[in-house]
Formats: sequence, structure tokens, C-alpha cells
Amino acid sequence: MLTPEEWGAVRLSLSVALRSVVFGLPPAVLMAWLLARGRFPGRALLDALVHLPLVLPPVVVGWLLLVTFGVRGPVGSLLDEWFGMRLVFTTSGASLATAVMSFPLIVRAVRLSLDAVDPGLEAAARTLGAGPIDRFATITLPLIAPGILSGAITAFAAGLGEFGAVITFASNIPGETQTLPLAIYAATQTPGGEAVAARLAAISFALAVAGLLLADLAGKRLAGFLGRPAR
Amino acid sequence: MLDAAIRHRFPGFTLDIAFQAPSPGVTAVFGPSGCGKSTLLAAVAGLLHPDEGRLALDGAVLLDTAARIAAPPERRRCGVVFQDARLFPHLSVETNLRYGLRRAPRGAEGPGLEEITALLGIGHLLARRPAALSGGEKQRVALGRALLSRPRILLMDEPLAALDAARRAEVLPYLARVRDRFRLPMLYVTHALDEVDRLADHLVLLQAGRVLASGPVEELAARTDLPLLATRRDAGALLACVVLGHDPARGLTRLGFAGGELRVPLQDGAPGTPIRVRVRARDVAVATEEPRGLSVQNILPATLEAIEPMGALEAVLRLRIGEALLLARITADAAARLGLHPGQRIWALVKSVAFAGPGG
Repeated sequence: MLTPEEWGAVRLSLSVALRSVVFGLPPAVLMAWLLARGRFPGRALLDALVHLPLVLPPVVVGWLLLVTFGVRGPVGSLLDEWFGMRLVFTTSGASLATAVMSFPLIVRAVRLSLDAVDPGLEAAARTLGAGPIDRFATITLPLIAPGILSGAITAFAAGLGEFGAVITFASNIPGETQTLPLAIYAATQTPGGEAVAARLAAISFALAVAGLLLADLAGKRLAGFLGRPAR
Repeated sequence: MLDAAIRHRFPGFTLDIAFQAPSPGVTAVFGPSGCGKSTLLAAVAGLLHPDEGRLALDGAVLLDTAARIAAPPERRRCGVVFQDARLFPHLSVETNLRYGLRRAPRGAEGPGLEEITALLGIGHLLARRPAALSGGEKQRVALGRALLSRPRILLMDEPLAALDAARRAEVLPYLARVRDRFRLPMLYVTHALDEVDRLADHLVLLQAGRVLASGPVEELAARTDLPLLATRRDAGALLACVVLGHDPARGLTRLGFAGGELRVPLQDGAPGTPIRVRVRARDVAVATEEPRGLSVQNILPATLEAIEPMGALEAVLRLRIGEALLLARITADAAARLGLHPGQRIWALVKSVAFAGPGG
């Protein structure tokens, strides 16, 4: 049904989205916790910065990444010098661009569920002898697990379709950085590529719908498991 | 003993409290809502950091703002029972109970899980989630969880306030059992006087962030100069009694107190059981001659010690009966009509049914 190249684009999309979630999740949870519970100057500014990828044109985010992580950029040159690692025009670069774009999605989902956690429970854990890391691991983290999961699945589904930031930062290299949407774009630019574009678009559509349904289902299951009525 | 001095400024409200809570024993912190009693408890637990203060528990300093000492809550070893139980919803009752136990210092001694579940009657709930518990069961589990954390003091923040009357009656005896079984100092915050009567040895009266009075419960109950207590409908003397015997045929229990005997509706408890009864001042009438042909079961010879006006139209009589003191609230007109004067020999009349119902 699909040519090997098209399958390659699907696989690459899944891999890029998965990596973006795996590496983006821990800092996103930490950021959500900082924004929800932290009391420090500049919190509002940090909040705005985190949400920038939601409102900035993705091309601008890609360009900013290019400037920062490019071989001559402040971070990119160090990575190259120390580890010999180049992000531009690589699969890792595509994952980074996707992670940055979906970061606010995870932060928002986790923060919503953090706001729903009664701080009184954390206080109760304190009086029972639990230190900060202990409290977070045994009380807060399990209680926000539904938010983390649904955030992760949403980010994964959105990551499958990230276009602007990826094409700007990682370019459109088949087998390297050409994810589904980039492959669709390439197909539409090719004479006679309508059928290919339609097939890939259908797959994109199916993956997105499946992701959203899965996020909803997983959230409900987990909420029930955690002893709270499913909403 | 807990030695507490706390000063904390909120916008529009200042808490300035100093008191001592004996150990072992239950010290009730009583006052109207907004008087700062829950804030006080949070400061003892370490959940609130007061502007100034010093807290010492059996010699160990928990907080001394002058010396820049402030132990975090997780190291204060205060067992806290919150009004809303605060059981962890994602953990089973058993895991909730073990939460504090697993984090208690290695050397600390205290009751085990089996003893606690038996004492609180929660053995059959261990596998359940908190969402499947009734309000009373939740509070019993919360109490067990606090006790199992091997605390040096038990802090209870209106543990029964969120429960209806039936659930309150269900949990109250367990609180009394915990008090009798463990030699722990307990700080019990409440705005319900019947809980004070039932549980507390000492009383700290709070009003608008300040200590109005503190001392043994019976002593404070007999004072008429504390409007917070004296103007209540259920104001009256507290008598420390002992069950003398039951008369099921007549539906009466005889109680002995320092000045004689009381007949009250049938109570629980074997002869010899100490029981404390509140004799509401509004339920006590007086007679200048020994009355006859009355339904009233308790007619006690007394000496009128003092007549204290209460408002323009009423008076509170202080009646000495042997070692004990009763308060009687009558109209000023009745006092004048009978020509009552201090030192007079009179009779105090208390109906038995006045002891029925909550607080009796």
C-alpha cells in the first residue's frame, strides 16, 4: 500500500514524536511544578516564555533554534566542540524542534492537574515525616499522573505533525528529517504526487484521532485507578 | 508538656498566644470561628511559620525565632488529624496507615498496626480506598495514621466538625479511647463545648487571636466572668462524677460527686467509671425551703455563695454543694422575689431529663 520511502516517513515521524516526548517530559513536569507551586520573582515572565511556542509562528521557533543550536550558535558550537554533536539537519534536531513546540502542551496539562491536587495532602504527608522529594514521589506525582499521561499523548500526537519548526531547523531530508507532514508537503510539490499526499494525509489523520482518543481513555482509566471519579 | 508562645500578624488580625499544655492530657483550644485556633495548630505543626515565637515540647525546641531555630514539619513528629481527614486518595487504607509508620524515626516506640486497627475498629477497611469510606471511618483512619507515625504530640484540628451528629457520636468514643490508651499530650481544637466536656482536661479559651483564659476545664466552666462561656445556652458547671450504680427498672443511673449524688438517665459504664457531666445553669432552679411533691429527681441542699448579675434581667447564682459548685441562671426578678442573699441555705433543683441528649 505504501512505498518503503513512505513507510520510512511514518516510522521517522513516530520516532521523532516519541523522542520529543521522552526527553521533553521531565523538564516539562519540573517546569509545571515550578509555575504551579513556586513563589519567585519573574514567574510570570517564565510562564510567558514557556507558552511562546504556542503563539509564535513555528518558523520563528525553528529560526531561533537555528540561531541557538546551529553549528555557530552559542549552544550548538559548544555541543559540537565538546561532544561532536550536531543537531541541525539531523533526526535529533527534528526531535528537539518538536519537543520545544510541544513543551507548552505538556506543561499546561500537568499544571492543570497540579492545580487540582489539594496542597493539604502534601501538608499531611509533611506532618507524617515525608521530605520534599519523598512527598513529590509518593503523593504529588501519582496524583498528577493522569495529567502527565494525557499531556504526553497529546504532545505525541501533535509532535507527529510538527512542520514549521522542523523544516526550518532540521530541513527536509528524506530518511533523516522528513517526517509525515514534510513528506506530504514534498509530495504536493511533486507533479503527480496527489495520491501519495492523500495516503499520507489519511495516515496522519488516523494517528491524530487515535492519539486524542487514547489520551482521553488513559486519563479516565488512571483517574479511576487513583480513587477519583472519572470526569 | 508543650510550651507555646506564638505571635503572627495577618492583614487585619494579629495572633498573640502563649500557653502551656500538660503532658499527658488533652488540652482543648476553644473559641469562635476566626479566633485563630486552627492557625495556632498549624504553627505548632510547623505548617505555618509565625513572625515570632517559641515552641518547646518536653524540652525539645521545635521553634525559636529569636535563635533562628525552626524544625520543618517532617521532623517535628506532630501527629495531625485534620478536619477534612486528608487521606491519600490513591493509596489503600492500609498504605495510608503505614505512610507515617514507615517514615517514623527508627528508635521511636509506639503502637503497631494491629493494635491501632483494633483500637479504632478499622480492621475491616484496610483494603479499601478512602473514597469508599464514610466520614466517620475516614476520621478514624486519619487518627490511626497520625498515631502510627509515632508522634510526640497529637494535634487535632476540629476532627468532628465536618461530621453530622450521628457520625460525631460514632467517632467521639474512639477519641476517648485514644486519650485513655496513649500517654500523649494532645491539643484539641474545637468550637463544640460537648467535645471539650467529654475529652479535655485543660482548656485554652481564645478570642480574636488572644488567650482569654486557660486552666483546668472544671475551673473555667465555673467562672461567670467569661462571656465566651457564660452567655452560651449550654453554660454551666462541670461536675467530675463517678458511676455509683444503675437502676434499670427506674431508668436511672446514680452518680456520685464531691457534694452528693445525682440521678441522671441511664448511662453506660460500670460502677466506678469516672464520668463528667455538665449541669447547665439554665436547668438549675432554686428553692428557699425544702420542696415536696415535685417530679424533680435531684434536690440538693446548698449554700448560696454569690449572686452575679448577668445583663439587666438575669442573675447567675453560685451554689456551693459540699466541695462542688453549681451555677444556676434565674431571672433577676426571681432573685429579688425570694430575697436571696449570699450565705443563705437553699435547695438546688435539677431535673434528671436535663442530662439527656448531647452533652448530658
